[in-house]
Amino acid sequence: MATTTATRAEKQVGRRVRRQEDPRLITGTATYVEDVKMPGMLYAAILRSPHAAARLRAVRTKEAASLPGVHAIFTGADVEGVGPVPCAAALPGLRIPKHTILATNRVYYVGHPVAVAVATDRYIARDAAERIEVDYEPLPAVADPEKALAPGAPAVHPEWPDNVAFTHHTAGGDLKKAFAEADAIVKQRIVSQRLVPVAMETRGVVAEWRAGERRLTLFSSTQIPHLMRTQVALMLGLPENHLRVITPEVGGGFGSKLNVYAEEALMGFIARRLNKPVQWIEGRRENFQVTIHGRGHVDYAEMSVKKDGAITGLKIKIIQDLGAYHQLLTPLIPTLSVLMMPGIYNFHNVEADIVGVFTNAVPTDAYRGAGRPEATHVIERMVDLAAAELKMDPAEIRLKNFPGRDQFPFSTATGLVYDSGDYAAPLKKAMGILEYPKARARQREARGKGRYLGIGISTYGEICALGPSPATPAGGWESATVKVEPTAKVTIMTGASPHGQGQETSFAQLAADAFGVSMDDVVVIHGDTAVVQYGIGTFASRATAVGGTAVYLALQDLRAKCSRFAAHAMGVQPEEVTFEGGIFSSARTAKTVSFPEVALEAHVCRNLPPGVEPGLVATRFFEPSNFAFPFGAHLAEVEVDAETGQVKILRYIAVDDCGKVINPLLVDGQIHGGVAQGLGQALLEEAVYDEYGQLLTGELMSYAIPKAHHVPEIELQRTETPSPVNPLGVKGVGEAGTIGCSPALVNAVVDALSPFGIRHLDMPMTPQKVWRAISERKPA
Amino acid sequence: MEKSVRIVVNGKSIEARVEPRLLLVHFLREVAEYTGTHVGCETSVCGACTVLVEGRAVKSCTMFAVQADGRKIQTIEGLAEDGKLHPLQEAFWNEHGLQCGFCTPGMILSACQLLADTPRPSRDQIRHGLEGNLCRCTGYMHIVNAVEAAAKKMGAGA
Repeated sequence: MATTTATRAEKQVGRRVRRQEDPRLITGTATYVEDVKMPGMLYAAILRSPHAAARLRAVRTKEAASLPGVHAIFTGADVEGVGPVPCAAALPGLRIPKHTILATNRVYYVGHPVAVAVATDRYIARDAAERIEVDYEPLPAVADPEKALAPGAPAVHPEWPDNVAFTHHTAGGDLKKAFAEADAIVKQRIVSQRLVPVAMETRGVVAEWRAGERRLTLFSSTQIPHLMRTQVALMLGLPENHLRVITPEVGGGFGSKLNVYAEEALMGFIARRLNKPVQWIEGRRENFQVTIHGRGHVDYAEMSVKKDGAITGLKIKIIQDLGAYHQLLTPLIPTLSVLMMPGIYNFHNVEADIVGVFTNAVPTDAYRGAGRPEATHVIERMVDLAAAELKMDPAEIRLKNFPGRDQFPFSTATGLVYDSGDYAAPLKKAMGILEYPKARARQREARGKGRYLGIGISTYGEICALGPSPATPAGGWESATVKVEPTAKVTIMTGASPHGQGQETSFAQLAADAFGVSMDDVVVIHGDTAVVQYGIGTFASRATAVGGTAVYLALQDLRAKCSRFAAHAMGVQPEEVTFEGGIFSSARTAKTVSFPEVALEAHVCRNLPPGVEPGLVATRFFEPSNFAFPFGAHLAEVEVDAETGQVKILRYIAVDDCGKVINPLLVDGQIHGGVAQGLGQALLEEAVYDEYGQLLTGELMSYAIPKAHHVPEIELQRTETPSPVNPLGVKGVGEAGTIGCSPALVNAVVDALSPFGIRHLDMPMTPQKVWRAISERKPA
Repeated sequence: MEKSVRIVVNGKSIEARVEPRLLLVHFLREVAEYTGTHVGCETSVCGACTVLVEGRAVKSCTMFAVQADGRKIQTIEGLAEDGKLHPLQEAFWNEHGLQCGFCTPGMILSACQLLADTPRPSRDQIRHGLEGNLCRCTGYMHIVNAVEAAAKKMGAGA
């Protein structure tokens, strides 16, 4: 049995509680944005550029507009006053191209929106979009970031012929000295390829304009309803309090919905102009072409080590493929990689240079891990390369370089302060589960028989629980309002906007424990800016660590207020009141009063305590003093078929430390899903643009996300090191699996192929790529 | 150019005049008003739109409504009987076999057919049996657990 139930007196926090949100999802009665229907609603279809770079000579809409059922066609000229699509990143010297919501005189990537057709049904809207005639004058394009930097490359934006959007330099410690004194320096070019996030629900918007009130409502599948409201209001020139953003059920995000896109403002514009509700649902092909991609790094890394295995320094040059524009956080993502550079190792000399490069491709932005998987992949590959250089075991070199438990809080060369950790513990635990020496013996024995087994280790850390506000573009806090209703039902309104993570359950667990009520007495409301106080959103493993803490603080406030009502009712002092299982009591008078009695009294106020206001509502905003830093060790044992290049995962062990755990069932689910996405990157996925900027992997038939049989049985364990940054002690778990997984798999495959002299493979390690690497070499 | 169709959805007979190009999934969502069937890719890869046509799992984004004329269709809304969840629904809930829930209706209906064909599948058979349904959230472990648990329960009840 995966789940347990608790009696009222038992604590819910820490239990494998099944989710509150599931009944509607398993019966098909949940409401996603495409399920939102309104009387008279119109449908929009967007015509997109088939060229990666072209001048727009003419856009002719007459024939399309004359189709029966078509209400309007809009082109770039019609929406000139709307926008631009915002970028919240502020880096010194950053070049920001004007990102209009529809193309005006030029298109910059395949999928660039050119015009929109609005009709009475989705089929007619598509027919109309197809009948819009566009004269393009194709221009040379470049989609490869290294080629874009070469002299003479086509200029993505003519005003910046070098295609450089920004450069960024970071240094800590004394790398020059570390390199001069090193016994060895290992070097490697490492690619973290472009990936497509592929939330199963594509993006979508329903916009409704109420002309009388001059108010716009947007239903949007987003991770950030409040930030979207602020930004879209600015794009439309609408007062922010005249815009309401509602996120109905959101079918996955993974960072791709941590953004503000052209379509939100475009649908708002259309609804207002036509005075009719309008729906736009992104097709899967559009989703591949125009929703942000992730990763897109080419990294040149150098690591210095001493003979005894001590890592002394790391230098990285990051070439970041930005795409044609900046979406909300595009240029910031590689700076997160730089922050993560030291990994979880005790060395203090680093140097990093980022070159952000424009390409004729869809923008990159935050995809599960956002800069941290890229960094971890580099570090973990470099540690293995250093170990190989020194002929050390990859586990031994890691154990040698972890900071000790007594070194926390641990300051890094990139300016972070790691909150708490015992970095050796997950690795030792994972090695115990694998029976590491036996696995090595298996590997030796197999090699004798011409079979290629490999063991890969990845010991990762990550930056979670974003975060202190000065370190984030738009506020790092989160908010909660908790209301106890007269009937003792509890309503929680969270500014975080979960979309599958399960906070309706984990926050209800917190409330159940605070008041001794059943979880079924708790409702968690999120994702409606007209109902919920301002909040930041769900990303970067922050919903529980930051949002949950705000809930916890509000619950504590209300408990204290309840105690004052209870004390007054029992005729004792508030500090004499104890609370257990829904009952307030005073040991001295042997009196009791129940939580429902207090809830009612707080509203009817027959006997209001002096100096206490009626009602039971508390709002708290939690601003964390630091990030939280989860960590862990992932171990993979693989076998590579040297004939076919096929990689088979024999064992996959993940030992993660995400601090205190509120619901182990949900944490397991987060790790599993994260590992599957890391595995997708390591073995299957790559967004490929050809030399003309055409996206060759433009839908699910040509882009492979993991299926059930690709993912191995994942063996999960945990260590638990509470974070001192928040009172719940939680660190975060959303990205851990993804960050931990890809280096473990690549290290395992490279380890398996070491007899062939292979020291590095780039992802995805498809059978073809592995087979090629093998066939170019003979076993030593 | 519209054609008349009569399609039985979750036991309810629905007659409508539809365009021949109307996809079954849009018939189910917009004419029959069962929005539990989702569109995930429109290329029959992801399986979010899976429904049962005469008991067999079919991707309703690549079937026309006119092709379903005269047939019986079951969507996720028709799976629970008299308000009692189907063992697969119960198992997906117990085992945390879903996160965002978007793939879940199709996943459960594909699992229905899997268990009809193979009442006691191995974990490997479950993984291969569900390869036509993509999930981006769960990493499939809990889905496999759920199907295994449901098979056990349905076997015990038989």
